[in-house]
Amino acid sequence: MASLKDLRNRIASVKATQKITKAMQMVAAAKLRRAQEAAEAARPYSERMAVVLANIANAVSGTDAPPLMTGTGKDDVHLLVVCTAERGLCGSFNSQIARLAREHTRKLLSAGKTVKIICVGKKGYDILRRDYANLIIERVDLREAKQIGFAHADGVARKVISLFDAGEFDVCTLFYSQFKSVISQIPTAQQLIPAKPAAEPAAGDAVSNGGGVYEYEPDAGELLSDLIPRNIAVQVFSALLENAAGEMGAKMSAMDNATRNAGDMINKLTITYNRQRQAQITKELIEIISGAEAL
Amino acid sequence: MAEAFKFELVSPERLLVSEDVESVVVPGADGEMTVMAKHAPVMTTVQPGVVTVKTAAGKSDRYVVFGGFADILPEACTLLAESATHVDDIDREALTRRIQDAREDVSDAKNEEVRTRAEAYLAQLTTLERAILPA
Repeated sequence: MASLKDLRNRIASVKATQKITKAMQMVAAAKLRRAQEAAEAARPYSERMAVVLANIANAVSGTDAPPLMTGTGKDDVHLLVVCTAERGLCGSFNSQIARLAREHTRKLLSAGKTVKIICVGKKGYDILRRDYANLIIERVDLREAKQIGFAHADGVARKVISLFDAGEFDVCTLFYSQFKSVISQIPTAQQLIPAKPAAEPAAGDAVSNGGGVYEYEPDAGELLSDLIPRNIAVQVFSALLENAAGEMGAKMSAMDNATRNAGDMINKLTITYNRQRQAQITKELIEIISGAEAL
Repeated sequence: MAEAFKFELVSPERLLVSEDVESVVVPGADGEMTVMAKHAPVMTTVQPGVVTVKTAAGKSDRYVVFGGFADILPEACTLLAESATHVDDIDREALTRRIQDAREDVSDAKNEEVRTRAEAYLAQLTTLERAILPA
């Protein structure tokens, strides 16, 4: 049985830990709000981009569509872009994304395909390195980035596109975590290249078009080949923003749990401590009384 | 007074403008164009330049955009800019840095095609600089 002094030290140390986790939770809560705002602010752009892209894709016939949209016609080499957080201590956030990516990789490898991986974020790299170190062709570090800007996403997208132009892969899939709520983030795989056939433009758009035919400046094919790289950057950007919000949400609930666990632990230790102290007092009393009786 | 239509200026980071306007001057791929209500549907890429917005209330605003594209419909106009800032908030240093980068791109260009494109971009940036610096 631990001595009274040991128990006292133990309680003090758990209390210190609780203070830290509490502080981390509050920091995460503040950052979460900012990340959520950023994700919401970015939403109009990607929504409108999708509408415009759907419009224009309908106008361009299948043959002039740029290869970024149609793909290379093969699917032998797959590129996986795995976006995770830079820091740990956020529950199962990173491992969920990594698990999804790993399952995907295993499936592709057993189907005889070649897989290449780009890791965005340190944690995903750390996890995937264990199994697939030889498949990772690149890692992007966003550690210095305080606030994720469009420039970061653009950098990643550029890299992906230049690899595609060099014929390094046929299909590109983006892995990230969709931010549903503070307690729920859903790891998601999204195909970037070839672009999934855009959703049918909503009926409302056809009406607002006024029935007129679009003029394109420069022509539609050229416009589309300018738009698609941009769309890829936008998709990466919104994935990164969702990730940032998800990470903070996961961290907040993980730290909340940790704080609560520390509280439970303190309660239990305090009870043991008090009980032992009482036992010792009783023991001392008995000793004094029996000593006095013996006289 | 001219008829008003809905104009939206969106950058990946946020929605900058969403209001009823009288006219918008857009630096299109083939030169500047003024968009007013009931414009024929046009989709165009946007060059780095200044977007001048005249609101229905008669106020005039200028925004600097770096590339993007515009979706113009008879009763609405959406400008998706790669990056957009109000002309008063423009960061001179950032612009100078962009020009510097563009210069490097020109000198690093490996083939003619890339070089031509980089030079065109540089030219657009310097025009833009001249357009806003005295302001």
